Amino acid sequence: MTQKSGSYSSPRRSVGEMIRAFFYEIYAFIMNLADVVLTPLQRVIGSRNMAYFFVLPNLLIFGIFVLFPMLLNFRYAMTSGTGLFLSDRPFVGFANYRALLNCTNFFDPNTCVEDRFWRAIWNTVFFVGFQVLGMVIFALVTALILNRGIRGRGFFRSVYFYPVLLSPVVVALIWKWILQRDGLINAVLISLDQERVNFLLNADWTKFWVIFVSIWAQMGFYMLILLAGLQSIPADIYEASAIDGASPWQDFRGITLPLLMPTLFVVLVLALIRAVQVFDQVYVLTNGGPGTATFYMVQYIYNTGFSGQPQRFGLAAAASVLLGLTLLIFTLIQLWLGRSSEAV
Amino acid sequence: MMKQRNWLLLAVMLAAMLVFAACGGGASNAPAGNEAATEAPTEAAAPAEEEAPAAEEAATEAPADGSADAAATEAPAEEAAADASSGASGDAVELRMTWYDDGAEGAVMRDLLDRFEADNPDITVIMDTVPYATGILETLPIQLAAGEGPDMVRVTDLGGLSPFFLDLTPYLEDPAYWEENFGPFLTWLRQAGDESSIPGFMTQLTVTGPYVNKTLFDQAGIELPAGDATWEEWAEVTRQVAEATGTPFAMAMDRTGHRFAGPAISEGAKYFDAEGNPALDDEGFRKMAQLLIDWHADGTMIPDVWMGAGGSYAAGNEQFINAQIVMYMSGSWQIGQFNEKIGDAFDWVAVPNPCGPAACTGMPGGAALVGIADTEHPEEVARVMAYLAQPDVLGEFYGRSLFIPGHLGLAESGVEFVTDSPLTADALTVFAAEVPKLNEVAYELQGYRFNRAIFNATSDRLTQVLVGELTLDEAMTRIQEDVDKAIAEAQ
Repeated sequence: MTQKSGSYSSPRRSVGEMIRAFFYEIYAFIMNLADVVLTPLQRVIGSRNMAYFFVLPNLLIFGIFVLFPMLLNFRYAMTSGTGLFLSDRPFVGFANYRALLNCTNFFDPNTCVEDRFWRAIWNTVFFVGFQVLGMVIFALVTALILNRGIRGRGFFRSVYFYPVLLSPVVVALIWKWILQRDGLINAVLISLDQERVNFLLNADWTKFWVIFVSIWAQMGFYMLILLAGLQSIPADIYEASAIDGASPWQDFRGITLPLLMPTLFVVLVLALIRAVQVFDQVYVLTNGGPGTATFYMVQYIYNTGFSGQPQRFGLAAAASVLLGLTLLIFTLIQLWLGRSSEAV
Repeated sequence: MMKQRNWLLLAVMLAAMLVFAACGGGASNAPAGNEAATEAPTEAAAPAEEEAPAAEEAATEAPADGSADAAATEAPAEEAAADASSGASGDAVELRMTWYDDGAEGAVMRDLLDRFEADNPDITVIMDTVPYATGILETLPIQLAAGEGPDMVRVTDLGGLSPFFLDLTPYLEDPAYWEENFGPFLTWLRQAGDESSIPGFMTQLTVTGPYVNKTLFDQAGIELPAGDATWEEWAEVTRQVAEATGTPFAMAMDRTGHRFAGPAISEGAKYFDAEGNPALDDEGFRKMAQLLIDWHADGTMIPDVWMGAGGSYAAGNEQFINAQIVMYMSGSWQIGQFNEKIGDAFDWVAVPNPCGPAACTGMPGGAALVGIADTEHPEEVARVMAYLAQPDVLGEFYGRSLFIPGHLGLAESGVEFVTDSPLTADALTVFAAEVPKLNEVAYELQGYRFNRAIFNATSDRLTQVLVGELTLDEAMTRIQEDVDKAIAEAQ
């Protein structure tokens, strides 16, 4: 009556079991085949070094498609001219960096040689400041609400997450249609006998809407992270505080916020890095306009390197190195703060 | 232990799959950079949504506008099958032609190429129709610099891309015919110092100039101004028409330094100093710039085009088609589109370029079909080009595409335009009459190798004035600096 382990010869096997057995046999065959190569290899390089062998393919891909272009970019940043290949481009040392950083007053782009670069920087600083702040606040509030036992909680979670699934281009086109002169909002305003508002022609309105749309599109992602953080807080702590008569605000300040802080920190850093990289959505929605009101760093790099004539690859590469350094600083701060909090 | 080893093996396999995936999948006949080139055996590519100015300026546009328009067209399937059965297709040389559409000219070109292929079964020409801004202005220069360009391409940056053009002269049976009929335009296609190469021919000659909504004038009971009316007079009259008819705006002008240049030259802008170097800050340029600023400030000009476009080319054609403006400064390449989209919804007429103290000029321009020097089949490219440049073939192309001919013989003998619309025929006549009135400075600017730097700086910096980021004085300084920097970089 006893059946041997690993035997699949029972006549009473279901179709599912047969399919499973079939795939298992294929899997076992391939594994044994791999053994033929890997066992001798392990003997030669040692079992500890096998890890490097497994990592090698990924490292190769990373090296070819990320590391090498990055190093190439450093080199391009020190060249000038319109030639595409490095051999056709004269070496100019740090001239591109000097041009980018040549300002009488860094706070007034009009005094800078590359004024558009500095407009892009200050626009990016403004965008990052308000967008990240708004994003974290809205994501936190939404997560707190959806963490409560409200009716239709699953539905609302899906609704708030849905924009994350949309392409940034689609998001921008939707909102362009809503905000333009003959868009949805103006149609409503006119139907209410109100004045038409040119949202995309007024610098202040455009700055507001670019931030708003960005928060709308990405908030669901950060909300989910925070929701996971909230749900990891043990319920008995709240029960204890309820027994002690703590108010909801005291709960939030004394329990939720401190225990959520590591998650909140991750959200903050992720949102910050993503905000600095803002491009596609704004490019479609306003294309940097009106004037340069929503002209950000990545668009400066893109315009300088690709859409301007002549295409100034060297200057664009130098600007991208500076942007990379900025992101590196953010990442290092994140690591430092992360380690500090671990130490605490 | 065994289980762990199996998992490790699985990981190796997955890694190997990743490597294969990364290395493979690149085998395609499509030339690099041609977007979504699908060899649909259809007659024609869908016309690009964006209105691509057949001319000139460093226009950039949101990629979303036309990114879906990339397509490739090939000989009809029946012909391909016939070729295959005869064994000819096995030896056929495949040429790629990168193309963009202003209107329906891609369909006309495909039709002509089909006829060529029927007579020349050893050559197949695939048209890769790409969006103008992203495909022609942005991607093509990089493709060409990387040596990955097509065999032939329709370009508007005639001088800027000239280092990449193929000199067809050694492959042509009758180079004198080309000199005779395309001579003045060939100079636009040549590099500095080159006085003899034949890179291609003009698929269209363009002239910038305004259109007006004549129906609105009729409704307002206001006569069209005379042919020598100034820009200020036109602005005043169109304001009256807009007011009388409840039209939102009086005027629009494409957001590009090229469109601005004609009126500026009319106001006296010289653009170059005595040595032929760009010198933009003069009274004429400032006068036109100030008019543009004033017209935006007082609501004469629709702000969406210049102020709402960020750093890119923008056209006012949609607003004109939707009768939201009375007068629209654009150019002859719009005729086909207006013929198709406006039809008889209202009377649209082209009017002569308004005058200034110096001239009454627009800007010349055009698009050219050129061979690319990196082609592996220069002889076959020359055969295709020679076929297309024949008077009867090219005449048919101009006539069916509603383009002003860039062929002197055809310009003289006249082209039979295929249209039932008197509005279209009248507009073509008006623009053709503008050609002799073009100012010398306009020709010089159009032929200048770095004119794109001038046009880009003009539109970008003046837009900054319109939105209050710069004063006109600051803008003039920046325009000159931008142009000087661009030239220094290019040299």
